[in-house]
Amino acid sequence: MKRRVVVTGMGIFTQTGKNVEEFYNNLLNGVSGISRIERFDTSEMSVQIAGEIKNYEPESYFERNEAKRLDRFTQYALIAAEGAIKDSGLNLDSIDRNKFAVITASGIGGMETFQANQKLIMEKGPRRVSPLFIPMMISDIAAGRISIKWDLKGPNYSLTSACASSGHAIGTAYRTIQYGDADFAICGGAEAVITDLAIAGFANMKALSTRNNEPEKASRPFDKDRDGFVMGEGSGMLILEEYEHAVKRGARIYAEMAGIGFSGDAKDIVAPDPEGDGAKRAMLSAVADAGIKPEDIDHINTHGTATPTGDYAETVGIKKAFGEHAYKIAINSTKSMTGHLLGAAGAVELIGTIKAVQTDTVHPTVNLDNPDLPVCDLDYTPHKFAKRTVRYAISNTFGFGGHNSSILVKKFEG
Amino acid sequence: MSVEQKVKEIIMDELGVEEAAVVPAASFINDLGADSLATVELVMKFEDEFDIKIEEEDAEKITTVGSAIEFIKKQLGE
Repeated sequence: MKRRVVVTGMGIFTQTGKNVEEFYNNLLNGVSGISRIERFDTSEMSVQIAGEIKNYEPESYFERNEAKRLDRFTQYALIAAEGAIKDSGLNLDSIDRNKFAVITASGIGGMETFQANQKLIMEKGPRRVSPLFIPMMISDIAAGRISIKWDLKGPNYSLTSACASSGHAIGTAYRTIQYGDADFAICGGAEAVITDLAIAGFANMKALSTRNNEPEKASRPFDKDRDGFVMGEGSGMLILEEYEHAVKRGARIYAEMAGIGFSGDAKDIVAPDPEGDGAKRAMLSAVADAGIKPEDIDHINTHGTATPTGDYAETVGIKKAFGEHAYKIAINSTKSMTGHLLGAAGAVELIGTIKAVQTDTVHPTVNLDNPDLPVCDLDYTPHKFAKRTVRYAISNTFGFGGHNSSILVKKFEG
Repeated sequence: MSVEQKVKEIIMDELGVEEAAVVPAASFINDLGADSLATVELVMKFEDEFDIKIEEEDAEKITTVGSAIEFIKKQLGE
């Protein structure tokens, strides 16, 4: 017997917003979090822009000795997790901690830690590699750290599917509560790979925008002048809770989890299937899982990275999944303002999607000056937010490897 | 700076503890909040700061502030 699951807490840490309210206000107002990279010297790099979190001081959030044992991605995860837990209003002392799952995601893990220790072994030899190298670098460590910090003892792990990672983490957390393996879950993702090595790697794939002189205009999903995605960083975390428990304690319920759809492209390691078949099947699986009809979908928060091929494939997939109804759906791309947070993208964008469901406002896709016609002819909510009744919404994330995740949320109606 | 003082400062910095706690009898793990990984880091720091080499079998015996000071002094021929 499947149980109902609702969203009762959300936490976020990105340049676009350090809490959910600030984040969503900025999205509604079209405020870009993209700027020139300051963290390292970019003079030799073809890509010099990112959604870098500026003025970040770990000591504002952690004891100095704690911070130096946490890779940046884990720091972001812990900050967002704290926000989500507080936001949920849950009293952790009054619940069964053995039923509290922690399921996080990171596409890459501790890249800064990896690079720092690679430098140590090259310059000083193997005896100088930190004993903390491995436990700081491994991509699951955020889940472990969250469980330790709040003494959460239910199912605990992290998963990886590149840019779809946190979609899979949240979907899996949903199933975990549906089937009774947990009553609560903190789930989401964290990513921090604004480093010279990672940016060079993505840049050499020709995946990134090189619009270095107009950072705020660089992320242009569905626009004909788009030239790749912009790297983002940060974390988003959600608290999922079993419905009866949430209602009984009088929790503020943002939205109800309604369905998930996962699929694989089985085509190419990095390019999306141009036919959008995997995307279509993920969305339709989510619709079927929710027990609704495709025509019930009011809003899709796209993966929408602003790569030339990705935006085509997703648009084609939406049209194949929804037919004529595709043109009635309010569509947007959070990445137009946040950049692409890789393994944290799914969580951050689901927070935006849930706010749309909760408030009946759909944030805009900025920089969409000239839709890439004739393929990209859907209603992508260009420039200005839209007041729309949003009862059912999908958040898409797709990852290198052909991993597709669609999360379907529903307005909470008791 | 004396060896004692330098050792103390390294420990304070690495483990984030107050000077008053860094007494000769204090155990890194039992009294100063270190875990096994932190003790490895501490030994690395001693090696770097005093430009000495601490073999693994010796490192295992360096478990307190006093034993660290004593070992390092011996290595430095003091």
